[in-house]
Amino acid sequence: MKAESLELVCPAGTLGAFHAAVDAGADVVYAGFRDETNARNFPGLNFSRPEMIQAIGYAHARGVKVYVAINTFPKAGTPAPWARAVDDAAGMGADALILADIGLLDYAARRHPEVRRHLSVQASASNPSAIRFYHEAFGVQRVVLPRVLTLAEIGALTAQIPVETEVFAYGGMCVMAEGRCMLSAYATGQSPNMDGVCSPASHVQYEERDGCLTSRVGRFTINRFEADEPAGYPTLCKGRFAANGDVSYLFEDPVSLNATKMLPELMAAGVKALKIEGRQRGRGYVARVVAAFRQAVDAAAAGGVVNAGLLDSLSEGGRSTAGAYEKRWR
Amino acid sequence: MSGAVTPAGASSARISLGPILYHWDAATKRDFYFRVADEAPVDIVYLGEIVCSKRAPFFADHLPEVTERLTRAGKEVVHSTLALVMSEREGAALEALAAEPDLLVELNDLAGAGIVRGRRHVIGPFINVYNEGTVGYLAGNGAVRIVLPAELPQAALKTLTAHAPEVAFETQVFGRLPLALSARCYHARANGLHKDGCQYVCGQDPNGLDVDTLDGKGFLAANGTMTLSYVALNLVRQLDALRAGGVSIFRLWPQAIDMVALSQVYRDRLDGRLDPGAAAARVEELAPFAPLAEAFYEDDAEPALA
Repeated sequence: MKAESLELVCPAGTLGAFHAAVDAGADVVYAGFRDETNARNFPGLNFSRPEMIQAIGYAHARGVKVYVAINTFPKAGTPAPWARAVDDAAGMGADALILADIGLLDYAARRHPEVRRHLSVQASASNPSAIRFYHEAFGVQRVVLPRVLTLAEIGALTAQIPVETEVFAYGGMCVMAEGRCMLSAYATGQSPNMDGVCSPASHVQYEERDGCLTSRVGRFTINRFEADEPAGYPTLCKGRFAANGDVSYLFEDPVSLNATKMLPELMAAGVKALKIEGRQRGRGYVARVVAAFRQAVDAAAAGGVVNAGLLDSLSEGGRSTAGAYEKRWR
Repeated sequence: MSGAVTPAGASSARISLGPILYHWDAATKRDFYFRVADEAPVDIVYLGEIVCSKRAPFFADHLPEVTERLTRAGKEVVHSTLALVMSEREGAALEALAAEPDLLVELNDLAGAGIVRGRRHVIGPFINVYNEGTVGYLAGNGAVRIVLPAELPQAALKTLTAHAPEVAFETQVFGRLPLALSARCYHARANGLHKDGCQYVCGQDPNGLDVDTLDGKGFLAANGTMTLSYVALNLVRQLDALRAGGVSIFRLWPQAIDMVALSQVYRDRLDGRLDPGAAAARVEELAPFAPLAEAFYEDDAEPALA
């Protein structure tokens, strides 16, 4: 039996990137509103209401779906922006809502039962029992899996649950279980769960002295680079720290995820969709990554060879990893 | 002890001892709990391995006797689940625990939320509870107590507690704060090992492994797959404010220090036998393993709960 082709779910943080993703062959584009309701709440990014309507129209006219990410956790006492985001996305004809908060899932299920609900990676549902709970309680039809599972675990899990699975295939990679990380809150007072940001640029400082570049987040030094070293963004979990007297990238090297070589295994594992991270990326990047993945997904579906090196030059610092998909990563 | 002391709260305020987060050896844990049963003025004791399932077998044989001893001493025993469930074996263990009809279980992963539906249970601090919508849903599912996440703003407290007066709210008030969970073991990685062949090196650091910045400033602490704050929280001076916000249970995270004496300081503050300044000074003496902090995030204009 020929395996079903993987659905290619692509990021867009601007209308330009949105059009680029659609034109490059995305099956689905995911996007968020321009406020704290989504987990990429960066300045100048995301969609006003009129822009979202325009984007959805552009996609639907070309047979491409749109998922709207409303995947931060509503602030106590002010649930209105999140409820409004759900209502508006449903009214605009979003093909699915990507949600993380229990209260908001409950709201969406009661208010808009006809709109598909996907469980965001921020909900950190990593096992059949948790996923079944979200399915039974809120009618969730798909789960975006946290980047903590091995390929073997993804296969076993997918076989046991009544919902589709979507996995991250490319882009920035959380080292910690998503939705369960307060490192950014601890260092900056702003967090992925509450504010939709991690290691925010507003709290990043660079200092150059004696040919060395030091990067800080809040009050903490995250890395230091010699003149000949490429300096990356100081994401908290990808810095150099000292433990047991040794200095190392204790949590993770400054690498990004690239699971291109695993597409056949992911298909065999029963995975429904591949997600590309990067709503903060420009249109050129989105166009190249989506086009490369279109080619790779089609090749995998035809049983052909997937060119695993296709995207190496676009990775963070040129280095990539298959992350938790390989057991040795742990 | 000073003369005129303001009580921090009614005697209904309870103290809990969270599950031991670190890999202490089994005999040390058993003796720790026996001493807690005999001497510590805590009301609630959470038992169970929540960080790494590889550690759980070491203490399994002692769990019944420790549970029995604590219960006999009048402590409420709550069984805490693993916080990040990945393998089938871990899932099966959690489901079996959640299905025990006579145990009060603290869920730290929503695996089990369907199993405990309609039965009283505790929602642990590793489940994301940020707003009244989520509190309302979980209360309807049978949660009688919610341990709030450390990053929740203090301003949110009244909103949540007022929304569900039938639920007891618990906050973390002492110890290094759990900040993140991962599939990867940093203790193993710091020792050039992988999780599968970890040699249980996490057992070498009973208060966690200090992680410093390149300029030597304390930043975090590693504990197997968990990452914690370098500083240890001490909210003994803020118990009044937390009480006023509707918190009724105060959680102390076990550290490798005299936790009996430490819990006595918190008890004396809650009962008005110690004033805030004296209590804070006493905690400083008892907890030399890390600097103490009174906030989750130091520079925040709007302080978080912890």
